[in-house]
Amino acid sequence: MSEPRTTLLLIEDDPQIQRFLSTALDAHGYTLAVAGTGEEGLKAAATRQPDILIVDLGLPDISGLDVIRRAREWYARPILVLSARDKETDKVAALDLGADDYLTKPFGIGELLARLRVAERHLAARSGAPGDAKVRIGDVTVDLSAHRVQRNGADIHLTPIEYQLLTTLARHRGKVLTHRQLLREIWGAAHVESPQYLRIYMRALRQKIEADPARPRWLLTEVGVGYRLADDLASANTTI
Amino acid sequence: MAAPQARFTVPRPPVKRVVMSPTDSDRRPDPDVLLARVRDEETRARRGRLKVFFGATAGVGKSYAMLEAARRQKADGVDVVIGYVELHGRPETEALLDGLEILPPMPLEHRGIALTEFDLDAALARRPALLIVDELAHSNHPGARHPKRWQDVEELVAAGIDVYTTVNVQHLESLHDVVAQITGVDVRETVPDRVFSAADEVELIDLPPDELLDRLAEGKVYVPDKARHAAQNFFRKGNLIALRQLALRATADRVDAAMREYRERHAISATWAANERILVCVGPDPLSMRLVRSAARMASATHAQWLAVYVETPKLVRLPQAARDRILQTLRVAGELGAETANLSGESVAATLIDFAKTRNVSRIIVGKPLRPRWRDRFDVSLVDELIRQSGTIDIYVISGEAGQESPAPPRIPKRSSRWPNYLLALAVVAVATGVSTLMSGRFERTNVVMVYLLGTVLVAARFGRGPSVLAAILSVCLFDFLFVPPQYSFGVSDTQYVITFAVMLTAALLISHLAALGKRQASVARQRERRAAELYALSRELARRRTIDELAKFLVRHVLSSIDGEAAVLLPDAEGKIQDPEHFTDRGSPRAASSAVRYPVPGNDLGIAQWAYDHRKKAGLHTDTLASATAMFLPLNALKRCIGVLGLRPTDPRQLQIPEQLGLVEALINQAAVAMERVQLAEAAQEADVQVASEKLRNVLLSAISHDFRTPLATIIGSASTLRDSDAALGAERRRALLDTLLHEAERMNRLVGNLLDLSRLSEGRIELRRDWVAIDELIGAVLARLHGVLDGHPVTLALPPEPPLVPGDEVMLEQVLSNLLENAARHTPKGTAIEISARAGSDALEVGVRDHGPGFATGEETRLFEKFHQARPESAQSGFGLGLAICKAIVEAHDGTISARNAPGGGAEFRFTLPLKAPA
Repeated sequence: MSEPRTTLLLIEDDPQIQRFLSTALDAHGYTLAVAGTGEEGLKAAATRQPDILIVDLGLPDISGLDVIRRAREWYARPILVLSARDKETDKVAALDLGADDYLTKPFGIGELLARLRVAERHLAARSGAPGDAKVRIGDVTVDLSAHRVQRNGADIHLTPIEYQLLTTLARHRGKVLTHRQLLREIWGAAHVESPQYLRIYMRALRQKIEADPARPRWLLTEVGVGYRLADDLASANTTI
Repeated sequence: MAAPQARFTVPRPPVKRVVMSPTDSDRRPDPDVLLARVRDEETRARRGRLKVFFGATAGVGKSYAMLEAARRQKADGVDVVIGYVELHGRPETEALLDGLEILPPMPLEHRGIALTEFDLDAALARRPALLIVDELAHSNHPGARHPKRWQDVEELVAAGIDVYTTVNVQHLESLHDVVAQITGVDVRETVPDRVFSAADEVELIDLPPDELLDRLAEGKVYVPDKARHAAQNFFRKGNLIALRQLALRATADRVDAAMREYRERHAISATWAANERILVCVGPDPLSMRLVRSAARMASATHAQWLAVYVETPKLVRLPQAARDRILQTLRVAGELGAETANLSGESVAATLIDFAKTRNVSRIIVGKPLRPRWRDRFDVSLVDELIRQSGTIDIYVISGEAGQESPAPPRIPKRSSRWPNYLLALAVVAVATGVSTLMSGRFERTNVVMVYLLGTVLVAARFGRGPSVLAAILSVCLFDFLFVPPQYSFGVSDTQYVITFAVMLTAALLISHLAALGKRQASVARQRERRAAELYALSRELARRRTIDELAKFLVRHVLSSIDGEAAVLLPDAEGKIQDPEHFTDRGSPRAASSAVRYPVPGNDLGIAQWAYDHRKKAGLHTDTLASATAMFLPLNALKRCIGVLGLRPTDPRQLQIPEQLGLVEALINQAAVAMERVQLAEAAQEADVQVASEKLRNVLLSAISHDFRTPLATIIGSASTLRDSDAALGAERRRALLDTLLHEAERMNRLVGNLLDLSRLSEGRIELRRDWVAIDELIGAVLARLHGVLDGHPVTLALPPEPPLVPGDEVMLEQVLSNLLENAARHTPKGTAIEISARAGSDALEVGVRDHGPGFATGEETRLFEKFHQARPESAQSGFGLGLAICKAIVEAHDGTISARNAPGGGAEFRFTLPLKAPA
């Protein structure tokens, strides 16, 4: 492709992971810069202005959360977080601080590439490219301009909140949204501590959208963190 | 000097008489006694040996003989040091010191006079094999550690140092009175008999009186000037003969004791004496000391155990301090002479004494002959009479006061606080009675008028005591006579009948006041007893509630200070047994925490005293035999097996600690607290042991994990990776792919193992912290199925969920782990192709979730063991984790207040069910 390679900045102290990611990402067409500490990473981010920032939460000098907090003061592009397992609170904190998505170590390269593709698409959306007016979720089509949801041409009736929930997830498709972010978006800042509504509406939404609501294919649960509308990888591949 | 002395060396009799329990009536060698002897021999082996050079009087050559013996030892290569020798200016003796190492004496200053004293600490530091310390009976100067030298010697022997010492017969405590009677000289410096009888060896240095007198005349005993004086007083021939006899007899007694011990040791039981137990009653009068010594002699003559008791009646509570001190002194002497001592309290001395005697199986009671005017015998039953009347089978021995020795009058019991207000009130009552009578007179008979006065007198008697009631009676009689009895306004009495009225009134007043006082006294005694019992009960209950040494210490201090005004602290030893400054000390009930950096320092060398008390398990400091000049008393917290620490107690008024019931209470508190502290320490030790066992198990599991569970996948990874790197060209695309798949698979397996290890650490923290939220179980199941996609491959999963299962309060992440552990478990233990069923059912107050497989199930009886840590169904399985999965499930479910269980399902396969309450805990 003729378009310039996406630039990435990896803030990660482990040399083995640095090496593995450098090799793998270079092979997949990304330009990767590496910083070993949080301070170094912030400096490099300021000077290089990478397209996507990848931050490990466990850094030797300052915490990854601090890096995100400080970077978000001037850095508006996607931030991807790498974290250890069973640190759900850290993940939620990172997302609430403005990180776009996370990956749990150990991860396969395929997962990382999928996250990067989602980030690239959101980057493109942010830079002014008009988003699709229609979103396809399996055999369900959401027409954002017409406020209409259809399966195979037949209307699906959604309540206003269900609709809002679905479109919010769709706007950030592929990204995980924390309970708090969803609650704030839909119910307002006053209701961020009442996740039980969210669960009830999500259940209702799955009943209407998913083919097998007990084993959701699209409306995915990120346990302890939030929800994600699965990216349609097939369509993602075709659009690029 | 020629050695005309005869020497008798006598082996040591028992260290102390074999302790028998009070109920033992016969003297067969029972196991306890044998054990005691073994222990006895063990302690003796560690202790140094004490040899006493024993003589009838000064001048028989004890010091000389001792130094000669020391020189012989030195010649044999023994490390001999002279601790202290009294030379009395005898050049022959001094010559013997030549070539022996002499410990420099300790300089002391007392009231501006420079003194020297045997230096105990230097001796302990020098630690010779054999130490020579002259004059066992010597009283140390103030400032030394112990008031008596024999106490120094005891400490030396206890420290494992052999000691040679000298003592004269007149210094033996039990012979004190006899010697005083013979010689007319009151010897102040005495040695308790037990010290003498505990000596490992006694060598009698005997010199016929004539030779002694010759030596005295030659100036070999005292410098000539002093010698003449001595010859006229102490060294009369008659005295010397008597003293020699006493010394020989004391030595013979030891021989006798040695033989008896031999008999007991060899179970020759024929001649064992009947078990006697002697009780001596002491009081505040000086005669008591004699009673105690007589009892000691009688006890030692009959080989009996003996007890010295003091009965405190309400009257005696008011004794002056000096008299109380004397009682304590007497009891202490009795204790040193080998008696068991007791403080009793009761209304009547005789009844209390007999009661006690009967419970302790006493066969003889010794009391003093009362010294009092004969007229009193007619009105008052004496203690002796009462005792004899009540004694039953117990023999009563009455010991008289010494002829010619003036026994000081028994101390007067001081009157209680001023009673003037009571007298004034009595006057007021009489005045009121007079007023009422004046109103009545004329309208009522005079006999009724007198009733008003009687009523007033009775009231006064009942309320204000004897004195005011007598006053009221006399005043009433006078006023009645003066105002109402004809002739009026004169004290003349025309009718003799009124004399009877007067007498009745007076008698009634006395009788009632006496009864009232008695009642009050009994009530107060009962109250006091009740209070003490309640205190001890409350204490033991409270103590049982405390869980740490620190809490117990604070509690003890608070309780002690509730009865004694002053400051107190519990001093605990560190790991090496060195007593530390306390972390807290309490001053009159207000605890002050010392800052964590600086511990409150114990003033002066008190810490050293505390250390001594701890090391020797004896009290020290104020009012004790050890370093009595200190301002605080240090009481060891002696538990059954060890000494826990020391209670330091500095009373504002030192006399508080001399009151026996105060000290008794403190000691009772300390005993209980010490036992409670030991209990806590033992519990802590047991818990530590438990933790150690658990962590040992954990360590083993980890080791096996690292050696086996980690190395197996690593071996595959290294093998595959190296193959890929080194023989890349030779491999076909298919083989490369297979190797890469293996690599990935094994790496994922290691990842699972790491996850297990993390769970292990979570479990070993012991507590699971929940981040509660509302959980939709259907959603959670969906998420778990998505996550376990690979693991569940080949196992069709069926779901049986209600359409809208209720939300449950819980930790989503934790519950996800429960579900995934159960599912992984099912997948791992069942053959491929078998189905797994997940069900959920909402009850009225709980949601039940089930996971059922169609594998072989588990062995019956395993239902609960499955959930134990490290339990593995098939230990050798290569697929094994650490046997923690189900244990983690159980811990998590129980943290949610739910339950989890396992069973073999009716159609085959294992079924796990867990419940989660629908309501969040309050």
